[in-house]
Amino acid sequence: MANIISDETIEYVGILAKLELNEAQKERAKKDMADMLDYIDKLGELDTDGIEPMSHVFDVKNVWREDVVTNTDDRENIIKNAPGEKNGMFEVPKTFD
Amino acid sequence: MSILDLTALELSAAIKEKKYTVEEAVKAVLQRIDQCDKEYNCYITVDAEGALREAKRVQQLIDDKTFNGPLAGVPVAIKDNICTEGMLTTCASRILYNFVPTFSSEAVIALKNAGAVIIGKTNMDEFAMGSTTETSFFGPTKNPRNPGHVPGGSSGGSASAVASNECFFALGSDTGGSIRQPASYCGVVGLKPTYGRVSRYGLIAYGSSLDQIGPLCKDVSDCAAIMEVICSHDPKDSTSVDRQDNDFTSALVDDVAGMKIGVPRDYFAEGLDDEVRETVLKAVDVLKEKGAIVEEFDLSLVDYAIPTYYTIAAAEASSNLERFDGIKYGYRTEEYTGLHNMYKKTRSEGFGDEVKRRIMLGSFVLSSGYYDAYYLKALKVKALIKKAFDEAFARYDIIIGPVAPTTAPKLGDSLKDPIAMYLSDIYTISVNLAGLPGMSIPCGTDSRGLPIGLQLIADCFNEKNIIRAAYSYESACGNYHKSITCGKDGEN
Repeated sequence: MANIISDETIEYVGILAKLELNEAQKERAKKDMADMLDYIDKLGELDTDGIEPMSHVFDVKNVWREDVVTNTDDRENIIKNAPGEKNGMFEVPKTFD
Repeated sequence: MSILDLTALELSAAIKEKKYTVEEAVKAVLQRIDQCDKEYNCYITVDAEGALREAKRVQQLIDDKTFNGPLAGVPVAIKDNICTEGMLTTCASRILYNFVPTFSSEAVIALKNAGAVIIGKTNMDEFAMGSTTETSFFGPTKNPRNPGHVPGGSSGGSASAVASNECFFALGSDTGGSIRQPASYCGVVGLKPTYGRVSRYGLIAYGSSLDQIGPLCKDVSDCAAIMEVICSHDPKDSTSVDRQDNDFTSALVDDVAGMKIGVPRDYFAEGLDDEVRETVLKAVDVLKEKGAIVEEFDLSLVDYAIPTYYTIAAAEASSNLERFDGIKYGYRTEEYTGLHNMYKKTRSEGFGDEVKRRIMLGSFVLSSGYYDAYYLKALKVKALIKKAFDEAFARYDIIIGPVAPTTAPKLGDSLKDPIAMYLSDIYTISVNLAGLPGMSIPCGTDSRGLPIGLQLIADCFNEKNIIRAAYSYESACGNYHKSITCGKDGEN
């Protein structure tokens, strides 16, 4: 079955993915996503009733370790990577009035 | 013979015998880069100054016998999604164009502690999403065996740098074939270890349940030696496994008598290039003549691996790539109104098309109402694929087939149709889904002179079976890298 991605869906995906698309990009994204979903729909041919979803290939349990600080204060070098810096902290746009 | 023709192990031995110095090795590589890299574009960053400084330090430590391991003094290239302290690490993306990590990945630390000298960072598909190294923000890498063709991807810069002697070995990462497929296209050896063998600490995440760091190198002996250095249990990576069987060089044995090899018929079906089929089957015959027991079988589910992979990888990518927000590091858009607009514009301008395509697909398959139909379904099929391999490995020591359906495509041919490009990963992708180790070794060339790779797959943690078979094959057929010249000057 051919998938059709609506304007609303692509708008919603843009919100989830935090991406801004212009009209031409939206049309392309709708087509690309529909094509991929058509392809992925092939999985529907397989009967997976009663199959446990496998997120990890090994039977691993929670892995615990003591939360010990091993690194030193590297604030200066970390902040150097930030596009915006003020008083040794990350600078962000105003988030609320 | 030039110093550049030596393998990593031969070079380190020659340095210890004082035939060469570490500085001479580094200078030879830097000269080679000067000569070739304008054309091949293997590197995003070359740290000539740092490498020459490190060469002096390492030489002293070799001289006083502190560094006595097999990689001491050997110049290495690192894929640009693996963090290197103080050295630019971009993931070949605009969004990380200026990112300088404050720490090194565990695999890089292990190499440094073994005395390897980091030359620079290699080009790749942006965020390791691609099969050709053409989606890099820094332009495509070319295949040194024929620069009109792609090197494969996403570790195309690493494979290409090894093939063109612009390093002695390299690290890559493999999420769906990103070490094995470029190794195949470039005619070098590449190994994707069992999931959890190598720490992912410091590897910038794409599909965390599938990503694994591994070596690209000139021969099987180098591969085993590099594995011994980079495999370790790391408490900083909760999926890292604690194994006592990391003595991979013990498997460098030229003997496959009695080894049970399965050849999946499904890997030789429609879509496989005739020359690739013929060459791979000839390679299987070599092992058969050496006493391996070869049997054809049906693996099943091969056609379902790619849709399963793209669902899972895209889902994980959409989550992993949320961290690129224009605040903590990397690119930030110039003009914006408020926080959310800044996020959206930064990400839209910072990511390339293929990355955005996968983030959107991943966001969709995880979204409310579609999660069960797509994401959960894919995880169930993953369980079926794993089971198919379990059944195969109950009967066989290794599985052998092609790495990719064709040899390296021409530059520019693959990006026109994403799904067609995804198909080049059909034989490599299920290995990641099942967490298995897989290797590509060169087994010949097609009529255009492009390399063909042989893929050897083993059950989890059975890398030694692969190494043994690959070493036996190489012993019978010779070292591919040494047998061909790829330099424009003919001295390579």
